[in-house]
Amino acid sequence: MTAYRTVVPLRSALAALATLVCTGAPAIAAGGEVAHIDRHEWSFAGFGGQYDRNQLRRGFQVYKEVCASCHALERVKFRNLVQKGGPEFDDEAVKALAAEWPNQISDGPNDEGAMFERVPKLSDKIKGPYKNEQEARSIQNGAYPPDLSLITRARSVHNEASWYIHVPMMMRDILTGYAEGGADYMYALLTGYKEAPEGFHLAEGMNYNAYFPGNQIAMIQPIPEGGAVEYQENAGAKSSLEQNAKDVTAFLAWAADPSLNERKQLGWTVMLYLIITTLLLYFAKKRIWSRVKH
Amino acid sequence: MSNHASTYEPKSATAKWWDERLPVPRMMHDQFVDFPTPRNLNYLWTFGGILTFCLVAQLVTGIVLAMHYVPSADDAFNSVDHIRRDVNYGWLLQSLHATGSSMFFLAVYIHTFRGLYYGSYRAPREILWILGVFILLAMMATAFLGYSLPWGQMSFWAVTVITNLFSSLDAVIPGMGTGIVEWLWGGYAVSGTTLNRFFSLHYLLPFVIFGLVILHIWALHVAGQNNPTGLNIKTKSDSVPMYPYAVAKDAVALFAFVFVFAWFVLFLPDYLGHADNFIEANPLVTPPHIVPEWYFLPFYAILRAIPDKLGGVIAMFAAIAILAFIPWLDRSPVRSTKYRPIYKWFFWLFLFSCLALGYLGSKPAEGIYVFWARIFTAYYFAHFLLVMPIVGSIETPRKLPGSITDAVLGKSPVRAGGGVPAGAAAAPEDR
Repeated sequence: MTAYRTVVPLRSALAALATLVCTGAPAIAAGGEVAHIDRHEWSFAGFGGQYDRNQLRRGFQVYKEVCASCHALERVKFRNLVQKGGPEFDDEAVKALAAEWPNQISDGPNDEGAMFERVPKLSDKIKGPYKNEQEARSIQNGAYPPDLSLITRARSVHNEASWYIHVPMMMRDILTGYAEGGADYMYALLTGYKEAPEGFHLAEGMNYNAYFPGNQIAMIQPIPEGGAVEYQENAGAKSSLEQNAKDVTAFLAWAADPSLNERKQLGWTVMLYLIITTLLLYFAKKRIWSRVKH
Repeated sequence: MSNHASTYEPKSATAKWWDERLPVPRMMHDQFVDFPTPRNLNYLWTFGGILTFCLVAQLVTGIVLAMHYVPSADDAFNSVDHIRRDVNYGWLLQSLHATGSSMFFLAVYIHTFRGLYYGSYRAPREILWILGVFILLAMMATAFLGYSLPWGQMSFWAVTVITNLFSSLDAVIPGMGTGIVEWLWGGYAVSGTTLNRFFSLHYLLPFVIFGLVILHIWALHVAGQNNPTGLNIKTKSDSVPMYPYAVAKDAVALFAFVFVFAWFVLFLPDYLGHADNFIEANPLVTPPHIVPEWYFLPFYAILRAIPDKLGGVIAMFAAIAILAFIPWLDRSPVRSTKYRPIYKWFFWLFLFSCLALGYLGSKPAEGIYVFWARIFTAYYFAHFLLVMPIVGSIETPRKLPGSITDAVLGKSPVRAGGGVPAGAAAAPEDR
């Protein structure tokens, strides 16, 4: 966490510099019908960013109590919830959680050759409520609630910049390490339910969302104003629409990229090693070439 | 190989024994230790070594990934996800390999533009250059095949769009294009069969590249390296031994390059890819915008700039093929653009066109984007077919230094009679 604190100013400074470079350019037009997606502060953003364990725990609570009624999380196993760099629940707590998970695991064949349903173990996937896509669609009015295991990496925010600031914007993202487009989109989507504007034709059973492509989404607003879940006293935050959306997005970001903490910690070591070695090699090269004019 | 005398002396009885039977140590010494390199090489000449590193890195990470990857329509996407989640350091390997392809192309494009700027394709380096074009082509094929393997939405649809290009040959002989496409697919649609053969070929081609690279280096060591002046090495003072001079410089550049590489691998692993590739391939859902990886964007823009399908395909392949002919299209008496006051501007315009085509390739093929893609496509070809021969013939180059040593020591250029720069009238290979 120390690394995070030291790095944020650098990141903000670079972002500010890039903004300065781009000042004078007109505001980026919102692409088509979809509203502009703001960038949010995430604990896991930037070079030193790490997941906030309490936030992941709150986010899991939101997933469990709200999303899990329709969405699977099958690439994540119960054992992952115990692992370092994640929500880091207790072993026993997750075993208990798996035992009461509403969706059973299909297993078999048993000794008599029959398939059977059983309670999930730590090594099992976090199963969703539907047996398959067809069942989901038949229950959900034709819509298919996607598995959420990779959702934050499978969504992004497009670089909407005009051609003449396209390259500076790209450089800004590269230099500041902006990799949270998917999270920004998720948060925008979860908080983007609004009244459809005058004259907007909303199809039967659809909901208006300012950030969903085409603005019509089958999913009803999952988190109401005021929040959907009751956080525990020591959870570190108060429940609200924004807080729930933020927490569940962070949790899903972890689900999609569970090695982020380790990756960024390793990143610092590697960068330091490469800078020092490059400098040493540079001075060695200077020394060697000082023998000849070049 | 090259025309410098061997200075290798076996130091031990074993070394002597080998030297009389298979003189590999002698070759290594002569070609990679004592090899004369021009003393005026700048950092742009370090990309050959960087590219060798890229190739080896892709081979090593690729071979390990193949131990965990499953090339089937049902399991490919899951196995890549499994590599990232459950294989020890799998997330790192996968990111190194995917980012590695981008870094490989970044380096190869810098390497190619360096060759274009300094006339490294001119005699006696035509074969060396053409081998480079073949390497580029093989790299593109490998990258395209490799991109299909994660079996995400972009993988699937990129394969569908690009293999479908061959169906344009139906316009030549009815049925031929469709026949080729179905032969490539191994069926009537892109399927697990296609994926499986693409995996096989993706494993094969890097070794073909490896062979081509050996020939490329061989040709380089026969002709010798070009340099910023474009002059040949004439005297001993024009060159320095590869070790320690060039090696020391290559090492600095390699580590600086790996820094950029690691930046993307460790902080921006998804930046160079596409979010849609985190959605499993689905033949029933077409992504709203199908775009290739960034390194194919200029060629994709050329493909879409031509209103005719077959024409677009021909233009796209011609954009690479034409590179093989530039040793003879460039009519300038000098090699290096440094001494070409008019052509210099065209070179930068060409570089700008390539970047612009890259930008346009990422945009939908409509309206103003198509208009500009056509303009820059036209210039892409005009640069080789018109600018190179015409500007090369009419331009008077600036005075060349007498030698590499003179250029380094800042001696004034030698003047030949009548204001014609030294060697301007002679064939470049004779200077």
